[in-house]
Amino acid sequence: MKPEEIVSRLKERFGDRILESKPDALSPWTVVDPAAIVEIASFLRDDEALAMDHLELLGGVDYKDRIEVVYVLYSMKHRHRHTLKCRLPRDNPRIATVESIWRVADWHEREAYDMFGIVFEGHSDLRRILCPDDWEGYPLRKDYKFPTSYRGMPV
Amino acid sequence: MEVDYSGEIMTLNMGPQHPSTHGVLRLELKTDGEVVHEAIPHIGYLHRCFEKHAENVEYPGVVPFADRMDYVAAMNNELGYVLAVEKLMGIQVNDRVRYLRIIMAELNRIASHLLAAGTYGLDMGSWTPFLHCFRDRETILDLFEETCGARLLYNYNWIGGLMHDVLPGFEKRVIDFLDRFEPLVQDLNRLLSYNYIFIKRTANVGILTPETAISFGVTGPNLRGSGVAFDVRRDEPYLGYDEFDFEVVVGKGEFGPVGSCFDRYMVRIREVLESCKIIRQAVARLKPGDVHESIPKRIKPPAGEVYMRTECPRGELGFYIVSDGSTKPYRVKVKSPCFTAMSAFKEISRGAMIADIVAIVGSLDIVLGEIDR
Repeated sequence: MKPEEIVSRLKERFGDRILESKPDALSPWTVVDPAAIVEIASFLRDDEALAMDHLELLGGVDYKDRIEVVYVLYSMKHRHRHTLKCRLPRDNPRIATVESIWRVADWHEREAYDMFGIVFEGHSDLRRILCPDDWEGYPLRKDYKFPTSYRGMPV
Repeated sequence: MEVDYSGEIMTLNMGPQHPSTHGVLRLELKTDGEVVHEAIPHIGYLHRCFEKHAENVEYPGVVPFADRMDYVAAMNNELGYVLAVEKLMGIQVNDRVRYLRIIMAELNRIASHLLAAGTYGLDMGSWTPFLHCFRDRETILDLFEETCGARLLYNYNWIGGLMHDVLPGFEKRVIDFLDRFEPLVQDLNRLLSYNYIFIKRTANVGILTPETAISFGVTGPNLRGSGVAFDVRRDEPYLGYDEFDFEVVVGKGEFGPVGSCFDRYMVRIREVLESCKIIRQAVARLKPGDVHESIPKRIKPPAGEVYMRTECPRGELGFYIVSDGSTKPYRVKVKSPCFTAMSAFKEISRGAMIADIVAIVGSLDIVLGEIDR
């Protein structure tokens, strides 16, 4: 499927919950309503014509005025790809987990939580994954202050 | 009288310092005697903030950092990053650069698979194949050393070109190596792959079904070991891989169910021969040219974002780069193949014996530098 067709199929099904899209971008993307992410994700995976069974990448991007969660999806069957984005408020980024749809999301979401503080509601085991459990702050946020000490030890 | 035979669950920490975890990985094993009820991987011991570093240096400065992710296959790592930036900037490289990149990437794939096979043999208790593999890997590292001065972390692929051209006679030395090396793969098969003990240790262990593999985002040889014929080089060609004649190797389940440790191991051995085929074709097409031709004076990609993936020895390596139009990347997110393979570990190790945990970890061929980045 061409990116335009993917976008129009999503628009047809979800209407105004598809907020913005750019099918002619280098990596075509669509911004969707974060409240509908589980529904849209299940549709993308289960719809015969889309069949996006492979979640290639899930990550956060801090745009200073908002935080975006990016989902790069690929279909092993039809060999097409699309990027979904959800824009979240910076002070309290919360979104539902897609762990039940693609199981690889488990660790990816933990990483996004660890690095950006995005809370994935309903996640089975939302802990830090790369940083130590007692780490403070979210390192990949643009306003992250580098710590001068760790457990009383100067670094 | 009812007797409860289920014993007490004991927690056993394997790692972070353990020779069979291929780096600093800690596995929290919940064991009942010899049987592992649950194996929970704890990662992050080698976290060096690659993504944070990448936001603070200019685009060409990220290449050496990319080398240090998967240090066993650095050539492939930097290639993935460089291709992503080139896609963002719309740079086309000439044929010489293209073919040299392919030769280097495939040589690196052979070196990486040899290391994987050798250390896997070591995990399974055989010492000799390890030495055979490292002997041949050494020749490849010598070829890299004469080309770019480094044996492990190359910084050879630059945005728009290569660091410099290969030395005179490089083509001949590559072909000589292949001529000598290809028959030796049979030696390795006789020594390790079709060894009775090795087959017994691996063929019925750690079964990864195709559905689980796709759901867990497992890629590369691990996915192909489960019988899914998917290879980015063939199915989403970059660098003109579609010009080459090679086969996508899948696991056949010769000695047990498809998707076992043996299949994942065997895919790597067979892929080595496919890489040899690709290198021979690329060397034959190599023509004189300037490898610095399309290196931009100033690397300042337009604002936007790009996702690019390449087939690394360990699976698909994806780079998601956001540019704000400045000389530094705004965000670099790496999709690491070992990270996703490791997330499936809990699933495939359930109910295995403690000794099989070693077999499963080794068969996934993980490099902790890339998992933790």
